[in-house]
Amino acid sequence: MSILDGGATAQQRERATTLYEKGAPGRRAYVAPQLDVPHVDDLIPQGMRRAEPPRLPEASEPEIVRHFVNLSKRNFDLDSGFYPLGSCTMKHNPRLHERVAALPGHARLHPLQDPKRAQGALELMFELQGALGEIAGLPHVSLQPSAGSHGELAGVLLTRAFHEDRGEQRTKVLTPDSAHGTNPATVTMAGYEVVKVKLDADGGVDVEDLRAKADRDTACLMLTNPSTLGIFDPNIEEIAEIVHGVGATLYYDGANLNAIMGYSRPGDMGFDIVHFNLHKTFTQPHGGGGPGAGPIAVSERIEPYLPRPQVVCSAPANGGPPAFDLDYDRPKSIGKLRGFQGNYGVFVRTYAYIRSLGAEGLKDVSEVAVLNANYLLARLRDEVGDLLPLAFGERCMHEFVLSGAPMKKALGIRTLDLAKRLLDHGMHPPTVYFPLVVEEALLIEPTETETRETLDAFVDAIASIVREAADDPEIARDAPYSTPVRRLDEAGAAKRPRVRQSL
Amino acid sequence: MSGYTAVTEHDLEPMLAAIGVDSIEQLFDGIPAGVRLSGEIDLPPGEPEQDVYAELHRLAQRNVCTEDETTFLGAGMYDHYVPAIVDMLMSRSEFLTPYTPYQPEVSQGGLQVMFEYQTAISELTGLPVSNASLYEGPSAVGAAAYLAKLSNKRPRVLVSRGVHPDSRETLRTLAVGYGTTVQEIALDDAVTDLNALSDALSDDVSAVILQQPNFLGAIEDVAALSAAAHEHGALAICAADPLTLGVIEAPGRQGADVCVGEGQTLGNRLDFGGPSFGFFAATEQHLRSMPGRIAGETIDADGRRGFVLTLQTREQHIRREKATSNICTSQALNALAGVVYLSWLGREGIVEIGELMLQRTHYARETLAAIEGVSKLHDRPVVREFALRLDVGGPDGVSRVVERCAAAQINAGFALARAYDEYGDGLLVAITEQRSRQDIDRFASVLAEAVAAERARAAAGAAA
Repeated sequence: MSILDGGATAQQRERATTLYEKGAPGRRAYVAPQLDVPHVDDLIPQGMRRAEPPRLPEASEPEIVRHFVNLSKRNFDLDSGFYPLGSCTMKHNPRLHERVAALPGHARLHPLQDPKRAQGALELMFELQGALGEIAGLPHVSLQPSAGSHGELAGVLLTRAFHEDRGEQRTKVLTPDSAHGTNPATVTMAGYEVVKVKLDADGGVDVEDLRAKADRDTACLMLTNPSTLGIFDPNIEEIAEIVHGVGATLYYDGANLNAIMGYSRPGDMGFDIVHFNLHKTFTQPHGGGGPGAGPIAVSERIEPYLPRPQVVCSAPANGGPPAFDLDYDRPKSIGKLRGFQGNYGVFVRTYAYIRSLGAEGLKDVSEVAVLNANYLLARLRDEVGDLLPLAFGERCMHEFVLSGAPMKKALGIRTLDLAKRLLDHGMHPPTVYFPLVVEEALLIEPTETETRETLDAFVDAIASIVREAADDPEIARDAPYSTPVRRLDEAGAAKRPRVRQSL
Repeated sequence: MSGYTAVTEHDLEPMLAAIGVDSIEQLFDGIPAGVRLSGEIDLPPGEPEQDVYAELHRLAQRNVCTEDETTFLGAGMYDHYVPAIVDMLMSRSEFLTPYTPYQPEVSQGGLQVMFEYQTAISELTGLPVSNASLYEGPSAVGAAAYLAKLSNKRPRVLVSRGVHPDSRETLRTLAVGYGTTVQEIALDDAVTDLNALSDALSDDVSAVILQQPNFLGAIEDVAALSAAAHEHGALAICAADPLTLGVIEAPGRQGADVCVGEGQTLGNRLDFGGPSFGFFAATEQHLRSMPGRIAGETIDADGRRGFVLTLQTREQHIRREKATSNICTSQALNALAGVVYLSWLGREGIVEIGELMLQRTHYARETLAAIEGVSKLHDRPVVREFALRLDVGGPDGVSRVVERCAAAQINAGFALARAYDEYGDGLLVAITEQRSRQDIDRFASVLAEAVAAERARAAAGAAA
């Protein structure tokens, strides 16, 4: 029951039922094509033939549509409202991208089509490789990794191949305390030990600690710059020098590349390997958690080890049009990281975005992202700065981290409570409790596609929650009230896992 | 400038004033001079929407897609029909534009979709627990081998040569990282050689990896192969084609501990190879070491049924270097397509579509193998795909036959020489429910002509 309006909403009154609980025996949506060949019995021997068919739902098409449409209404989405989820870059998804990705020539192209008959796709991939390489300031690109985490794994495996090719066996990878969880998890999967590097007082890498920990056993430093604290590391040149000085590679987690396009390039900072989160920087619909794509760009010395195949272009001697092909003949390659050539559907969208914006537009993206973040930060500082102070520094790049520790002390509500109460204001909360180095963290990334009015409305919402909590902290502690369900028992879910419908 | 940002001159001044700077450039002062880009990014200027559409349309036109020819090409991704409701539901903003359900109170739709998806995958594979999806098929095979490594710490995996070449290569790439050696088990008459497997098995084997049906289309004896693995305490991992599991016995009921696979066949487009999704199901005992997101059922503060991401202490954002995988998201939108598709097929449809493929594939196999110069590469039971031998003098001859068919708007299939030296004269042919008897008959006549022409060419060359 809602304590605010005295009753449950219509959605709250409706019990969640799965499609398995709806429908009825014999109902169906599918009409199979006619059997137009002679029927032959026993094509699958007993023992290999399925004895009991899988118990999928039995429902008509209208029931299925209504079921999933009603489910969709139990989601908050970016098209409906502000979604400042830090580090996830929830910016507008242009619908042109969906239209072009759905063109049959792209959407219904088989991945093993003869390259001679997939010239458009290969041209697109080749051009995209070039554009990404230019944006990163690194000459060689593999589009293959499926996500940022997959790109990270590629990067660390490339590092391993690079060192092993030189007869070196290195054992550890450095990551700063502010790193995404995927960084240390990747290091373990790639067979290295994680060594954490401390942050300095300004939130950057502690250069002295790095110097002490970087040695000839160090394979790599994985760094996000600007970091998850929204800070561009001022010591990046020195960091690169230390890392390269011990023969290690410098890996750029591209999660925050959207902050610096047109201003700085990872390659120019000394990075050897960069992954892009195409879904973030170049706006792919996040799909409720995927798909995305995590291409990588690398320096000359890493190039021989790139995953295969590579998209290549050859210009015929007679001056005819260039021809595109897939090159599998890469003897030092680490090999494939997945099937086929990567998430092409994502490449189509990214390419459309880069064509739409051009160099100037991409720079505008970073400028407005940083402007919006700093404006929001300034406004929040004015309104609630004493309760929710900036964790590090004075200004930020495209995102910033506030600490809810003073608010917790003064008002008795936690960051989580603030986040839950924001849901009642029709806004998605920022990322909470990350990065781990900040107590009661709120990581806020407004993105460049939000208007000033939206940012102001967010400030108003935060201010009103804080005012309300000063009167009665219970309201935030029990929030949300207006959502399809209220706070959920996550501990209970983990203790007695029910991960499928029992039938 | 694009239409995707909204800061006008009228906005800019008060925003800069609020921040306390004079210009946007000043906000980038923190970037040291030594690493600043001196000029501009070297890319062409932006273009209006209609021009970008025209360019992407031009590129699309340069591809020969499954609407432009009659395709018998499969080998891991297949030209199945995608029902209209999949497009309609995937394009709803509420599914398309949110991110991972970190705030479950406003993500019940996506979470329940995951729960229903997990149920469907569990039913298909005959295993009790499924995650909410992984990137795609071959990397899911690599993830399964990693789970085996975490589970028993043993240093070797055995992989059947019947497993998709991309899966085997991906496995080798990833296994270098987690320190597992990969050994291939040969095929005997197109299925995994049980004797060779038994010989290779020992107590240092972490897992045995199979594919059902295998890359040559043959149905494997998963029960016998799993039993052999279990005798040595190794896990049995089966990569399966989910759309055949209406007619083939579920791997989980034949002893597989883990069943993974490529989900494209379930309502996802070809998209030149991605995005699609990989599925991952396992026995109960592996639930807490599975990779990726898992949705679970629970209740809210008022006792209402609800769903959350659960067992997150496995995951990278909580456990960091001790996580069971580095994967962050799932492929939620593609998995949505999968569960909508499976709901649309339904309990009877999953069997009917399997049966239809079975019958037409049998017809196609017999019809094509009756052509002069064409024979079956194996006579094993198949569902959707089968391998032929073309007696045209080896890989170059096969390529020319495929080329001749392409000239008649028929994509004849996958020349096995692209992945198997030992099957240089092989052609892998896929028959989805979209290929009618008429298509198959036309293919037969085109293939007969192409093979005859190639044999005549070879004979003429020999005579000369």
